[in-house]
Amino acid sequence: MSISAPRGLASSGQKPITEILHPLSAAEEPLSPGPDVTVSGGRDKEVGLTNGTPVETPSPASASVLFNKLHLDDDLDPDTRDPYADTETHDLFVTVDDPKKHVSTMETYITYRVSTKTTRIEFDLPEYSVRRRYQDFDWLRTKLEDSQPTHLIPPLPEKFVMKGVVDRFSEEFVETRMKALDKFLKRVADHPVLSFNPHLNAFLSAKDLNKRQGLALLTKVGESVKSVAGGYKLRVRPPEFCALGEYLDTFNQKLGTIDRIAQRILKEQSEYLTELREYGTVYASWAGSEEELQRPLEGVAGCVTTCCGALEDMSENMSQDFLPVLREYILYIESMKNVLRKRDQSQAEYEGRLEAAVLRKQEDRTPIPAEVEKCQDKMECFNADLKADWERWQSNKRQDFKQLLTGMADKNVTYYEKCQAAWESLITVLQDKQTEDKTSETN
Amino acid sequence: MADDGREESLGTDDDSDQTGADGSLNNTMVEEGSTLMRRMEICVAEAEKRSGKNAVSMQETYTVYLIETRPMDAVAEGRNPAPDCLWRRYSEFELLRNYLIVTYPYIVVPPLPEKRAEFVWHKLSADNMDPDFVERRRVGLENFLLRVASHPVLSNDKILYYFLTEEHGWKEAVYETGFQAKADSRLRALSATFRVRNPDKCFMEMKHYSDELQSHTSQLLRTRARVADRLYGVYKVHGNYGRVFSEWSAIEKEMGDGLQSAGHHMDAYAASIDDILEEEEHYADQLKEYLFYAEALRAVCRKHELTQFELEMASQDLISKKQQREELATGIVRTFSLKGMTNKLFGQEAPEQREARLKLLEDLIAEGEETVKEKTIERAEHVEKAWVDIQRFKEQKDKDLREALINYAVMQISMCKKGIQVWSNAKECFLKM
Repeated sequence: MSISAPRGLASSGQKPITEILHPLSAAEEPLSPGPDVTVSGGRDKEVGLTNGTPVETPSPASASVLFNKLHLDDDLDPDTRDPYADTETHDLFVTVDDPKKHVSTMETYITYRVSTKTTRIEFDLPEYSVRRRYQDFDWLRTKLEDSQPTHLIPPLPEKFVMKGVVDRFSEEFVETRMKALDKFLKRVADHPVLSFNPHLNAFLSAKDLNKRQGLALLTKVGESVKSVAGGYKLRVRPPEFCALGEYLDTFNQKLGTIDRIAQRILKEQSEYLTELREYGTVYASWAGSEEELQRPLEGVAGCVTTCCGALEDMSENMSQDFLPVLREYILYIESMKNVLRKRDQSQAEYEGRLEAAVLRKQEDRTPIPAEVEKCQDKMECFNADLKADWERWQSNKRQDFKQLLTGMADKNVTYYEKCQAAWESLITVLQDKQTEDKTSETN
Repeated sequence: MADDGREESLGTDDDSDQTGADGSLNNTMVEEGSTLMRRMEICVAEAEKRSGKNAVSMQETYTVYLIETRPMDAVAEGRNPAPDCLWRRYSEFELLRNYLIVTYPYIVVPPLPEKRAEFVWHKLSADNMDPDFVERRRVGLENFLLRVASHPVLSNDKILYYFLTEEHGWKEAVYETGFQAKADSRLRALSATFRVRNPDKCFMEMKHYSDELQSHTSQLLRTRARVADRLYGVYKVHGNYGRVFSEWSAIEKEMGDGLQSAGHHMDAYAASIDDILEEEEHYADQLKEYLFYAEALRAVCRKHELTQFELEMASQDLISKKQQREELATGIVRTFSLKGMTNKLFGQEAPEQREARLKLLEDLIAEGEETVKEKTIERAEHVEKAWVDIQRFKEQKDKDLREALINYAVMQISMCKKGIQVWSNAKECFLKM
């Protein structure tokens, strides 16, 4: 059993660990230098980047996990291009549901049920069910950011809600928030590195998170201070990261535009709905003064009402499902930009120190200190992690937007189908009456 | 409206039309109750802009419409003679209609298309010179002529015939009928409405119905215009997706093509609303026709009120004259009269004067009785003829409006199908992303 935490991931830039090479891992060529990562047993956090505490000693892959991996390698999606594809074991499933309101003397808040199913050995039990509130999710995210600064952490839905503008306890708001929290947790659980973070483990399994939170708060300050210290200025960003940055900026802009368009459409649809409702009532009231035309006019009124209902459904769907996802990606882009900035910082720090060390060496032949190498490590780690996460993110983004936009198209199709059905049934009624009248005339 | 067996050919210079006593042409078709429509093919083919000096010598631009007519028998035989045609402007149509209203006060006279564009939604022009408006008006004018020419009573009118066949000289003919003098003064009509005591219940119900019809159709037209406005907004905003998808596709690799094509479909979607709403205008025009028809219906009911009122007035007058005669004859004053008072105060008048006055009264009473007879006949005739036409109108209205509603539903279905098409196409593109 290997004891020292192997630099399992592709981040280290050092020679790949070959001792624990998985027999089936030959297929994928990872983007960044690094080994084909082994099964869960071999994984670890980047030492040296965290607070230094070694993680639980990895045990050899359990049989069930190996079995899972076998299956996965068979149906690899060639499209994904995910460097971690052959290492994802899909052995951790999480769900967020069942919102409940809690009223205490101090405050009122909502908790959600977080259910976990897993075969991973890092977890003591195969199943967990705990209740968490938004605060807890926020805590988790902060811990993840701090402990995995080179990785892209998925965003959370907005924390602060303007009281009076939105009702924090309305069904709609809670529903939207819950879906976003579910997405967040799923993304973390799917991430090959983040999913093994001990804070996630605690979040998913601990009965009482509060004590942990308390401790966490104390250490949080220290860590943030660490990341600020440095103050080195970046000279040149490598081209691939420039491209990344530019893409993020443009994409951000486009998403903002799409958000505005979607909101505008919702507004126009709502005004259309108002007028349409009145339109229907006018037909109904006209029907009251007619004899022969009463049924046809009422029929039209009914159709219009059906269309109103269909439109309402679609608008509701759009505002609940479409807009939040857009907003989420905008937050995601912010996160990504932050990570990019931190990467820039680590590069700046390395270059700065290197420059200083080289100068000193030139002066008095002091050898380049180990710290500089550490910085180089850090930077290269960062670059690799970022690149890997970037690819992942791109692939997820493609899937997410494909789903989002086809969803929007589907909803529109459904809306028109409902309306068409209503009008078609009206025509058959009206035309039947017509032929009925004609035959009675000729008789 | 006697029928005789002879065929009359029209569209020639043959002046062999026979006029009946009431100014209506004798029908020469064998079928009874046939109309001008069956003898003549009528259409309003074109519209043209003209410029000229108007009545107050000011330069104005106006539109004229080309009326083409062809004898139906020629068409039926397969011959295709060139149609006779003449140009008329809107005001001439108005003149024709006014003539018909006055001459046939028991007929619900078909309405003209609106003079000015009303119930417009924002994109549609309210300009009378706008080509779309002119086109719709052309259709409306043709519709008016077809309705009049297929009416069992109106179609026989000589003036109508001249309107369709004599470009010049028609106006003189209309004025010569002196219809303007026959027109009921508005004041008279209004006064009748307020003061009539026993109007026929059915006509009063009909009048009430005409109010309802007018109110409902105008309300419907207004809300429809607002709905159209909003729908236009919804569709057009989607056009923005087209632009942003195109811009976004520029920075994407795999997603680019799908996004770009989807963007084109969004543009198509946004553009489709123009045709959809233009077509809906035809539905609005059908509603408008019945909005104006409601007015024509009310006019017939008011004419009834007028004839009834005049009968009541005449009867009342007769009664009071008879009473006066009685008082004069018997010397008993039953009602207050100035004469009675002065008699009491200053003594009765001389017998010769009384005789003279009695004689005068007898004459007046004889006249009055004639008047009452006339008015009774007038009223009865109007009631009888009007009721027939009202029934005819009712059936026509039910049939037309039902068809209009069916057409509207068909339009809605077509719009839904287009929507499904576009969004399905967009979905295909999204799936390829």
